[in-house]
Amino acid sequence: MSDYAWPHRHLLGIEELSAEDIRFVLQTARGLEDVSTRSVKKVPALRGKVVANLFFEDSTRTSSSFQLAAQRLSADVLDFKGKGSSVSKGETLVDTARTIEAMGVDVMVCRHHHSGAAHKLATNVGAHVVNAGDGQHEHPTQALLDLYTIAKRLNRLDTFDFNGLTVAIVGDIAHSRVARSNVLGLQKLGAKVILVGPTTLLPGAFRDLGCELSNDLDEVLPRVDVVNMLRVQFERIASQAFPSTREYAVLYGLTPERLARCKSEVVVMHPGPMNRGLEIDGEVADGPNSAILQQVTHGLAVRMAVLFLVSTTHEK
Amino acid sequence: MQALADASQLAQLISEMGAWVDSKRQANPQRSFALVGIRSRGDVVAHRVAEQLDIAQVGVLDITLYRDDLSEIASQPTVRTTEIEFSLDGLDVVLIDDVLMSGRSIRAALSSLMDMGRPRRVWLAVLVDRGAEVRELPIAADYVGLTHAGDEHVRVLVTPTDEQDAILLGEDA
Repeated sequence: MSDYAWPHRHLLGIEELSAEDIRFVLQTARGLEDVSTRSVKKVPALRGKVVANLFFEDSTRTSSSFQLAAQRLSADVLDFKGKGSSVSKGETLVDTARTIEAMGVDVMVCRHHHSGAAHKLATNVGAHVVNAGDGQHEHPTQALLDLYTIAKRLNRLDTFDFNGLTVAIVGDIAHSRVARSNVLGLQKLGAKVILVGPTTLLPGAFRDLGCELSNDLDEVLPRVDVVNMLRVQFERIASQAFPSTREYAVLYGLTPERLARCKSEVVVMHPGPMNRGLEIDGEVADGPNSAILQQVTHGLAVRMAVLFLVSTTHEK
Repeated sequence: MQALADASQLAQLISEMGAWVDSKRQANPQRSFALVGIRSRGDVVAHRVAEQLDIAQVGVLDITLYRDDLSEIASQPTVRTTEIEFSLDGLDVVLIDDVLMSGRSIRAALSSLMDMGRPRRVWLAVLVDRGAEVRELPIAADYVGLTHAGDEHVRVLVTPTDEQDAILLGEDA
């Protein structure tokens, strides 16, 4: 075996991970994937550990995925919702976290509307911190499960080497932590990334990161192996970003006609929840190229891997 | 580094293990029979025995998630896949590992097997037994290729996992 050792006691972002770290998480997820298919869907790896879900922003699917991941590793789970708690009475993030930590928590999974919230926690508590999405900054487990899904669909599970692959990420790049984490992860594994959307939602800064930027989805589609459709986030963008949702659907929606322009094996992804008929057509979402439900399944294995790795890190 | 067995002696040991496995299988030929090897050397040995005896049901077990020392071990545990593509319910199973020492790997392997089904009977076959002195749990093998007591570390090497077939004594290379 190699001398590799997972060095991170927290997972705050893809930015902090090396290509080797990313491959190690994905390889670990591969070993964990079959736990969910056994008659007893549980392994004792984190028995006696406590994982706290601290969600200060609504997210049923991500918190459920983390909860199930922790339970499949035999950890106990403390579910803490920001709304209706002492947070709405004015308690600060760090005070909330320290209070929960005082109950004896080993891992904190944090979702927060402020960029940097997970970093803030990591520097103020002793527990391991996993970022489950912070503002417009990062959503590392979403990126990892997307990478895993691409590797599985395109037969790269043995190497997790994405050299030669081209991935389009389409939609609201500016407000999307999913896009940011995905760009970083894809590039580290060797893929080329094309970001597609209206100029108002396409920050030029991504060009400096080595991405190609485009407003023309139809031109981009035949060139890509994967197309990742982002959700239009009505709650985050004011109406000035594009004139109407109708226009957005016409220019950037993934329709069956557009899918026909793609390579036949193209992988269609969406982080969910979908706006059917807006960024993606129902027929495409349910079709054979869609990996959308696999993404959800893989999310469980990837989150199990992350929880396992951060809590078995060897601190030097 | 001193060798406990060279390539041909190791092949002989595996062949003898195969003969023993076959005797278990022939004792109850009507029963469904399977081999399960423990990563990351027992799996290779199990596959070689299966090939010798033409046994179709061979599984590979990764016990990392069942280890009782996850918070103590010095090296990074690497989780790998468990590949048991058949139901274990009601089966006669020979669990195969390279070296039996503390018995903790076997305890973990048994827990893992029980989570995947309910085999009718499980035997344990190992190539090398390090002896009762180093045992930490009340576990014994049903078949032992050779016994080597003493403090020396025993390493079983098998291709393609390793570069050669041999059993070596002493520290890791």
